[in-house]
Parts: sequence; C-alpha cells; structure tokens
Amino acid sequence: MAFEASPATPAMAIPSGSDGKPPSLGYNSFEPRALWNLILTLGLWAVAALGATPLLSVLYMLIVKGGARLNGELFTELPPAGFEMGGGIGNAIQGTLVTVAIASLISIPIALFAAIYLAELRPLSRISSVARFLAKVLTGFPSILAGVFVYAAVVLLMGSYSALAGGVALAVLMLPTITLTAEGAMHMVPQRMKDAAIGMGCTNTQVVWSVTLPTALPSIVTGIILAVARVAGESAPLLFTALFSNYWLRNITEPTASLSILIYNFSSMPFDNQIELAWAASLVLVMIVLGFNILSRFIGRPQV
Amino acid sequence: MAFQLVLPDSKSVSQAPSPLAYAVDRTFFYAAAAGALAIILLVIYILWEIGGQALPAIGRSGASVLVNTQWDVQNSSFGILPQIWGTLYSSLMALLIGGFIGVSIAIFLTQDFLPHSLATVFRTLIEMLAAIPSVVFGLWGIFVVIPFVRPAADWLHDAAGFIPFFSTSLSGPGMLPAVIVLSIMILPTVAAISQDAIGLVPYKIKEAAYGLGATRWEAILKVILPTASGGISSALVLGFGRALGETMALAMLIGNANQISLSLFSPATTLAALLASNFPEAGAIERQALMYAALVLLAITLVVNVAGTLILLWTSRKMAKA
Amino acid sequence: MTNASVLEKPTATAGAAIDCNIDKIYYGKFLAVRDSNIAIEKGKITGFIGPSGCGKSTVLRSLNRMNDLIKGFKLEGNVHFHGQEIYDKGVDPVVVRRHIGMVFQQPNPFSMSIFDNVAFGLKLNRFKGDVEERVQHALTRAALWDEVKDKLKASGLSLSGGQQQRLCIARAVATQPSVLLMDEPCSALDPIATRRVEELMLELKNDYTIALVTHNMQQARRVADITAFFSVDISQGGRTGHLVEVGPTDQIFDAPQEKLTKQYIGGEFS
Repeated sequence: MAFEASPATPAMAIPSGSDGKPPSLGYNSFEPRALWNLILTLGLWAVAALGATPLLSVLYMLIVKGGARLNGELFTELPPAGFEMGGGIGNAIQGTLVTVAIASLISIPIALFAAIYLAELRPLSRISSVARFLAKVLTGFPSILAGVFVYAAVVLLMGSYSALAGGVALAVLMLPTITLTAEGAMHMVPQRMKDAAIGMGCTNTQVVWSVTLPTALPSIVTGIILAVARVAGESAPLLFTALFSNYWLRNITEPTASLSILIYNFSSMPFDNQIELAWAASLVLVMIVLGFNILSRFIGRPQV
Repeated sequence: MAFQLVLPDSKSVSQAPSPLAYAVDRTFFYAAAAGALAIILLVIYILWEIGGQALPAIGRSGASVLVNTQWDVQNSSFGILPQIWGTLYSSLMALLIGGFIGVSIAIFLTQDFLPHSLATVFRTLIEMLAAIPSVVFGLWGIFVVIPFVRPAADWLHDAAGFIPFFSTSLSGPGMLPAVIVLSIMILPTVAAISQDAIGLVPYKIKEAAYGLGATRWEAILKVILPTASGGISSALVLGFGRALGETMALAMLIGNANQISLSLFSPATTLAALLASNFPEAGAIERQALMYAALVLLAITLVVNVAGTLILLWTSRKMAKA
Repeated sequence: MTNASVLEKPTATAGAAIDCNIDKIYYGKFLAVRDSNIAIEKGKITGFIGPSGCGKSTVLRSLNRMNDLIKGFKLEGNVHFHGQEIYDKGVDPVVVRRHIGMVFQQPNPFSMSIFDNVAFGLKLNRFKGDVEERVQHALTRAALWDEVKDKLKASGLSLSGGQQQRLCIARAVATQPSVLLMDEPCSALDPIATRRVEELMLELKNDYTIALVTHNMQQARRVADITAFFSVDISQGGRTGHLVEVGPTDQIFDAPQEKLTKQYIGGEFS
C-alpha cells in the first residue's frame, strides 16, 4: 500500500449530495490528510527551531560571558593561579597555534602525497583501496584514542609530555581528513583535462603539477583549512600528550598550554575569575575555528 | 633509460623528457606511494601500540574486565562494565534525540519548506554547530543545560519517580545533560549525511509521487524517505559512531560515577571519560588497564564505523545503478 | 566474409607515418577490436568511419598509447611509428604522445590563459626558441588568432565551444608533432564551428599527418583522403569492432568492395 486511499469519492468534498456534479477541486482544510499535513508541517518547524536554539544559546553565552573579558590583558597575560584575580590566556593561544602548526607541518605533506597516489597515480591498486578504506575508518576514530596512541608512541619514548607530542596527536586526526578531501578534489578535475595533458606527452608528475593540482587547489585548500579548524578545537588528544602549562612555551619539547585544555581545567574550578576566563577562552577558540570555516567558504567558491 | 624516437623530419620540437624529468617523476611516484603506505602503517602502528600496551592487562584479567564493575586502583581490580554501559546508553539516547532532529532538519532543508536563500542560512547555522569545539559545548552544558533542565528533572522525579528513567534526582552532572549535549553534537553529522541521501533521490521519483496525487507529507514519508533510507541509516550509524567516541563534553557533564543505572538523572561514566579523567595520573598497572579500555572503545567504534561506511558504500552503489 | 580485406597483408607503405597492425584489443576479458590493419599515410587525412561501438576510437587511441590509461587494456599486434614499434618494452608512452598529438571529442582547454594553453606543450618539450612567435603561429594555423589576439591573458575556458576546440588544436600543433590524432573533434560543435574546423584540417594536411575519427560520413567524404570503414560484430553478448575496408575516400564511397561497406554507405544501418 503505497498511498492512503485518496478521497476520490466526492462524498466528503461535495456538501450537497447532488449527483452529476463534478468533484470539488478547491482546498478542504478539514479533510484528514490536509489536517495531517498541517500538523506535520508545524511539528517540523518546531523541531527545526529546536535544532537551531543551541547554537544561538552558545553564541549568546560566548558573546555575553566571554566578551566581558575580551581585552588586551587576555592575550598577553599568563593564566592566574587559585585565588588570583585578572590574568589571561596568552600562553594557551600560543600553545594552540604551535601544536596546530606542528600538526599541519606533519600531516599536510603526507596527506597530499597520499591523495595524489590514491586519486592519480594508482587509483585502483590494492594499496590505494586499503589506504582509502583505512582513512575512512580513521576519520571516525575517537579523538581521545589518538592521544592514547601518541602517549604510548611518543610521550613514553621521549620521556615527557610535550607540544611536539600534542602536535603529532593532532596530525593523526588531520591526516585521513585531508587525504580524503584532497583525493575527492582531484577526482573532480574533469578527466578530459587530464587527458589533454597526457595526450601532449606529460609525465605523471607533469600532469599532476600542471593540471590536477592547480585545478583542484581551491577545494584542497578548503579541506586543509577545515581540518585545521577541526583540530584547533580538539582537546581530548592533548590531555595527556601536550598536557598543560602555566608558563609560556619556549621549546616544543616542553609541555604546553592550549585553549581547549584551559577551558576544560578552568570549567571545574570553584573561582569566578577562572570561569570567566574559560568563557573568554571559548570565545577566542570559537572565533579561531569559525574564522577558519568562513575563510574556507571564500576560498572554496568555484572561481571561473 | 630515456627512450628516443628517431624521426626523419626534425621540424618538430617534440623531444623526450630530460633525464631530470624522469628522475623527478620517479621520486615523485615513490613519495606519493610512501604517503599512501603511511596511512596503512599508521593504522597498524596504532593497533600495535595500544594492543601491546594493553597486553599485560589482558593477560592478567582476560575478559573479566568486561564484566567487572569496580575500578579500584588500590587493589588493582579493574572493570569497565559501567563504562561500556554508559558509553552505549548515552550514545543510544543521543542517537534517538539527535537522530530524530537531524533527519527532521534534513527534510526541512531539502523539501522546500523554506525559500532557497533562507534554507542556505539555516544550513549554515547547522553546519556551524559542527564547528563548535566539544569542550565549549561542555562548558555550555555546565552553565546553561544543567541549570535549565534541573527544575524539569526534579518535577519529573517527584511526579513519575516510579518510572526507571526518572528514578533518581538530578543533583548536577548526570546522564541527561550529557545526552542533551551529545544529541546536539551529532545532529549536524546526521543532518548533513541525510541531506545528501535525500538529495540523491531521483527527481522523477518525487514527481511520480506528486503525479499520483500525494500530498507533500505523503510524498516525503512514503516515497522519499524510504528511497533514501539506506543513506539515512548510514547517517544514523555514523552519528552513533561519533557519539561513542565523544570525550570532553561527556567527561565534563556525565558526573564520572562508576555505576550502572537506567535513570537519566543519575551520574554515570563512559569509556572515553574514564580515559580522560584517569589517564594523566595513572600508574603503570592502571595505565595497562586503561589501554585495555581504549582497545575496547576502539573495537566498538571500529565496528560501528565500518558498518556505517559499508552501508553508505552499498547504498550509493545501489543508487548509482537505479 | 568480413575478413576479406584483411587477407591482403598490410604493405609497409613507404609513405606511412603510422603502420598499425592490430590483431586484438582487449579490455579485461572483453574483446573490443580485432583484425584492424591500417597505414596512416604521411601528409594525408585518414578518416575512420563506422557505426558506434565499432572500435574506431579505440583504434585511434591505441596509436598514441592513450589506451594505456584504461585498466585491463591489452593489445595484440603491433603499431609502427616511423618504423619503430611503439608497444615495445623500452618505449615510453610519454615520448610517443609528444610526437603523436591528439585532439579530443570534448574541447578540453586547461584552466589557464589562452597563451599558456598553447605554450604548454612548448614548455613541456623545453623549447628554447621564440615561444611567442610559436604561439601566434599555432593560433594562426588554428584560425583563432584574430579572435583572441587581444585577450591572450584571458582564461581558455572563457571561449565558446568552437573556439575552445580550435584552441585545443592550436595547442596540439604548437609543438609540430608529426601526427595529429583527432577523435570526433566536431561532435560537440555547431555546424558553423564544424565547418571552420574542417577547413582547418584541410589546411593542416600540408604539414601534418592526420587521423580523424568521425561519426559523420559526410565529414569523412569532405576532408579525408583515405577512409577506413569499421564495423562491429555482435556475438555471444560481446561487441567486437574490426576494420572492414580501407581505401581512397572516393572508392569507399562510390565503389566499395565490401557488401557491409555498401550497406553502411547506403544508409542501411548506422
């Protein structure tokens, strides 16, 4: 039964039971299916409004609570201890930028090479299909496991928590995302453009450099920026790799603060000053992440 | 190595690539292959490290860890049943709420309920939700969600405390705030993949439904959603996978209490929250047990994600044939 | 019966730029083409005609090893280019393609400027001379110079379909390869643009050897010196294309030797 028996019988639609009249074609709002339509539509609007509320609430809180502490001190001072007043989140911003930069330096080159192999050089090989599948699985990988892995692989090896370990943990998360988006972007380059280059006698490298990469570049950059934005907000992988620090970072082999861990730590403190800083740090973090997102939209627009 | 064609006429500028070009080409190929291999090796290395570190704990207590309910560092007795329960329970609840809202929003955005420009704005809002870091949601949960749901929870407990879901009172952090925040976090994932799935439904099928005299909702519920059901189920499975691995918001909101309860108002814990709160200060023995917990989390998410990916692959193939 | 013409062994014509002796082309297990022996003669236009699926494009694309890109492609037989077997083990397909240029069905300019599109092949071959002069020359040959001389910096994609295709021809002739393969170059063009490209082919013939696949018999008649007619046998669920007859265009159209050719020319099937 694909459809409800439609009220083809005009009995309901025609008020006077007179025979021979054509069925009414006007709206009848009290017919059950029209009523259902209305209820479902109203319900859907309500659910959609409900879905949009949290974002508005989060943004409101960030602006009101976080905005209150948005001043120069916030960016230049170190976090306050215990009962201290004032202070800032300067070292956390620095730490977030440094760990994300390390992660990008490690993951972007590897991911781009992998994507070129998957999309262009040997798209159908066994290595490619296995790597593609594993990359997809890795994107659904709980981010805290990247922390657990890097703890075992880097922190234990180096003997200490460090910004470097934090960067490696974030790189583990970035690698599959960038690989897959870059591969997708290269796939979108029309085959006839690549054919043109091949037909002129380009080597594989020349095809990739002169046709595939330049054409796919906006989408690849978009993918990279989105991946950067995503890991900038990550905290679970940093918990026991970069750890936290109350001081400025001087060496990437030292533990470092980060915005996300600062928010986590301060959120459970019983001091208003720290809570306010947690909101301010959240505002800064969200501005960084959303800033990257908006940037990616501008770059990702098809340019002809 | 460079092969040369000998031509009778030399008017053409065509010539073989230089030895350098050949060398670059070869190096480039190996670099790209190394990149692809790196992904495979990374996965193997991850399994090897986590598995290797968990091995002593597995050898010591075997499968009993999975059914033991105590996490007692003093007596080195480690059980993760409450964590497994909490992980599955919170994710399932979040899937119910977030999945429902996510699919509804996908319908809302694809079936012309809004003019095109407004739909774009709304879609951007939902996508922005995905960009909010988990720890910010945690903070918001502590200071907005918990105070907001507490009166309702207290009332429900007083009025309907005999229902297992409401059998305890909400004293602050607990399952309900965690589930609410988790639902919000998986909502954009579900909405985005469902929109793609609905977008794949051929226009002719929609046309056919309207052509038969279906109302908008009859077309949506009886034709469009069933046609897109494969993609929507994979959206739900992948949203579930995302919920399973979510750490920070849960660690901040769920209360980290080692207990198994059906009540939505009692504190609980999850595998990821256990790792987040115990790992930094753990000694060697506890760390091995934590690695075991990490392995269990890995196994659960792996199964769910592989299932989701396979469903997606399978349905997109089916769609491509149709 | 269809094999009759194959019996006469391909004569290694002195004037042949490409001497193609294909026994079989497989895509995986699927036999796509069999028994097709053609000599592409120097300084002439050889037209490939036949119903769709007859393998004419497949044969054309195996002349500069474009088919290497297709998984499972296997060729039995040989293709000689100026006496050298291009499927020999030591042969680099990249080099083959630099000498045997190609123009595709769909115009496929790169997303770079008009000038860079034409200069692309020159850079690729490390051309040391005057690039600008070569580009102008190529664009002039392609009858496009007057239309684009004031906007060489504009994107190649900004041109109309017919202009794009002429740009692709200019790009292909800029390096003056010895052979030009054209795979239905007019199929995406309107009649006026088609006419221009046809005129262009006739003009290029003086300097180039051209092999042209066309779906349009009249086009072959208008421009080709030699015409090769391909057909397809449909058997055991497979479609295998093969060469039926090759000869001077007038002869193929006016006095075909094969019954199948006669039927096709007479419009009995397409």
